[in-house]
Amino acid sequence: MDDVITLNYEVSPDDFTRAGEASSDVKSKLKQMGVNPEAVRKVAIAMYEGEINMVIHAEGGRITVEISPSEIKMVLADKGPGIPDVDLAMQAGYSTAPDDIRSLGFGAGMGLPNMKKYSDDMVIDTTVGVGTTITMRVTI
Amino acid sequence: MTVRDVRDVLGARVLVGEEYLDREVRSACGSDMMSDVLAFSKDHSVLLTGLCNPQVIRTAEMLDIVCLIFVRGKKPDEAMLEMAKERGLIILATGHRMFSACGMLYEAGLHGGAI
Repeated sequence: MDDVITLNYEVSPDDFTRAGEASSDVKSKLKQMGVNPEAVRKVAIAMYEGEINMVIHAEGGRITVEISPSEIKMVLADKGPGIPDVDLAMQAGYSTAPDDIRSLGFGAGMGLPNMKKYSDDMVIDTTVGVGTTITMRVTI
Repeated sequence: MTVRDVRDVLGARVLVGEEYLDREVRSACGSDMMSDVLAFSKDHSVLLTGLCNPQVIRTAEMLDIVCLIFVRGKKPDEAMLEMAKERGLIILATGHRMFSACGMLYEAGLHGGAI
């Protein structure tokens, strides 16, 4: 019962239209594995928001997903600018995304709040000028 | 109601997913901001949007949206239609504005999900 499946993804910084490919892949794999649909949905949304954030703010990064029988753990690590004020960034509606991102349907200041809402546990480890690592867990 | 009913109410064209029109829909969400959709959308939902880029298809995918409706005459490109096909999504298109399209569906009995 202690089998853990690990998936690794590189999030490309260049192409916004491709953002979400990793989340899409994770979602279909979890579905195939027969993970309960509510957990799959939570993982998909939380990771997708995180992936979008990495493209908008951090020039991409790396996502590791660990699937165990009891939970799904997502680690999203980037070498972006870091988050100077995490409490402020967590406020619904607060956004530092550029206007051109808003015209693409994102940058409403709901990314981090959505990630928290859909994960059962979220830890943000960030240093300005060094990068951000967000760890999210969803209980199966 | 079913997607077929939705199509009939709006007089919409089916761009993808003709074979799935009997699927049930229980709630609807209208927005051009995908993060708002990701925050509020419910199960068995229809998404009405005037935003036309691949992230709309992905958002629909993440939320298990049943049917996407492009309003005010927006036309998804071939790549988007192909993505939708791969994901078993239904895509409708209507010339109605967002407000009108939402109102018509609401009047026909399709309401937004309670938050």
